[in-house]
Amino acid sequence: MSQNYYQKEIETMPLEEMRKLQSEKLIRQVKHVYENVPYYRNLMDEKGVKPEDINGIEDLHKLPFLTKADLRDAYPYGLLAKPLDECVRIQSTSGTTGRRVVAFYTQHDVDLWEDCCARAITAVGGTKKDVCQVAYGYGLFTGGPGLNGGSHKVGCLTLPMSSGNTERQIQFMTDLNATILCCTPSYAAYIGETLKEQGYKPEDIPLKAGIFGAEPWTEEMRRGIEKTLGIKAYDIYGLTETSGPGVAFECEEQTGMHVNEDHFYAEIIDPETGEVLPEGSKGELVFTSLDKEAFPLLRYRTRDICVLSRKKCSCGRTLIKMAKPMGRTDDMLIIRGVNVFPSQIETVLLNEGYEPNYQIIVDRVKNNDTFDVNVEMTSDKFTDKVSEIIAMEKSLAGAMKTMLGINPTVHLVAPKSIARSEGKAVRVIDKRKLI
Amino acid sequence: MAIRQLTVFVQNRKGTVVSVTDILAKNNINIRALSIAETEDFGILRLIVDNETAATKILEENGYLIKIINVVGVKIGDKPGALTAALNVLDKANINVEYLYAFMARTEKHAYVVLRVEDNDAVESALENAGLHLITNEDICKL
Ligand SMILES: [Zn+2]
Repeated sequence: MSQNYYQKEIETMPLEEMRKLQSEKLIRQVKHVYENVPYYRNLMDEKGVKPEDINGIEDLHKLPFLTKADLRDAYPYGLLAKPLDECVRIQSTSGTTGRRVVAFYTQHDVDLWEDCCARAITAVGGTKKDVCQVAYGYGLFTGGPGLNGGSHKVGCLTLPMSSGNTERQIQFMTDLNATILCCTPSYAAYIGETLKEQGYKPEDIPLKAGIFGAEPWTEEMRRGIEKTLGIKAYDIYGLTETSGPGVAFECEEQTGMHVNEDHFYAEIIDPETGEVLPEGSKGELVFTSLDKEAFPLLRYRTRDICVLSRKKCSCGRTLIKMAKPMGRTDDMLIIRGVNVFPSQIETVLLNEGYEPNYQIIVDRVKNNDTFDVNVEMTSDKFTDKVSEIIAMEKSLAGAMKTMLGINPTVHLVAPKSIARSEGKAVRVIDKRKLI
Repeated sequence: MAIRQLTVFVQNRKGTVVSVTDILAKNNINIRALSIAETEDFGILRLIVDNETAATKILEENGYLIKIINVVGVKIGDKPGALTAALNVLDKANINVEYLYAFMARTEKHAYVVLRVEDNDAVESALENAGLHLITNEDICKL
């Protein structure tokens, strides 16, 4: 069992005690929000829920959801629960889709967020003896500030590099013997490739671990990064709406992320009905901030599709684990009544040795959904025998059926034949929407 | 002894075959034999050309998936029953033919058959033992 705990009592707390702690915090939090956030008070009143109806974590499902649309409507101060003069920090999303999210923090909020990041750094073996290179962007983006704060709390020598300037990253990493790297997985892969080009072998690189998040990445990518950098690569999850990275973090088992559920309570709901689903079900991830003061979102719908598990973890932590999100509700297709995510198709293709170049075409013929997947043929797989190519199509369809529960028709198509828009392949064509 | 056959993966869509032959023509590559296998989704062009190295290069540059496959070429008489006789030889030797296609020469009184099999050596010796003549890329180019 691991000794890598930052707050052992919380991280290994028995479930009963954790539920008690969560209940106490939730009761207090709902009162705080009801009294200080008119926007949410209105939502609760509309639903006919009063703070006194919430007597424990088991009553959470009675509360209304918050969505990205609410954050837009309430921009910028509508969900603020503390006077501005008690706030010390603002962080914001990149705002690539729609209006940006602005989140407020009191000193208490910054502290608990940095504690969460410190738990993540400690879980990958970080101690005060480590040199932690933070190559996430600093500024409004939560990545840099979050891991920077966590690194300070652990007592690591912190290299506040921010992202970019790879030459300088490599120089600091090698001259100052950085042992932990925090950045996006794609940047980690890029740093790794650059080091390799410069002739560094994995054993010449001082790093031992990396904490990578803020964008989706595959197990394939993890193995690649671990190989080129000679490290263990760990996932971290978070979003500006809840605080930033550190809402959930991976331990040495690398089989999902422990949710810091003393601060952020996780639920999985059916994205269609809003109904809470039992542990182990796939659905939309919803977070409730149990003790943040300035920007305490209750039942915030993340739009990430995910699974939670309380299965015992070898690291000794009792914190619930979330799987790597497998897609976004925005990407979700409902075909013949089954939820299908493009990312699942991608996983099958990578497992079966294809490139992730595919297109899903859904249509409706005589009230039945048709489900076709075009996959680009690769030079490794290409053969001159028609029968073998047909067998490949059938076997791919079979693997997709196993993953999805419904049977697509797979068509192998010529390389680069799948339509691309601005360099990105168009993954889904849903013709049903045109009717 | 084998013949190097150019194999091209194409979409089963109007104009795809022409675009391949067009690229070859523009680069002065002569097609000596051609066969197409297709399904609803895709087609596989099988070509014997006078310069398969150049053809592979130029088609790959144009984004096509190419594979060179070794096949067996055999000369048969241009008369009824000649193909059957040749195939009977293989049948007797228990050889399974994946696919075949035939073509004629302009000048000679012969036809030529291209055979795709698992074991080229076994087929070649079976045909030779039956008194048939095998052909090479060079022979085809001279026709
Ligand atoms: Zn664990």
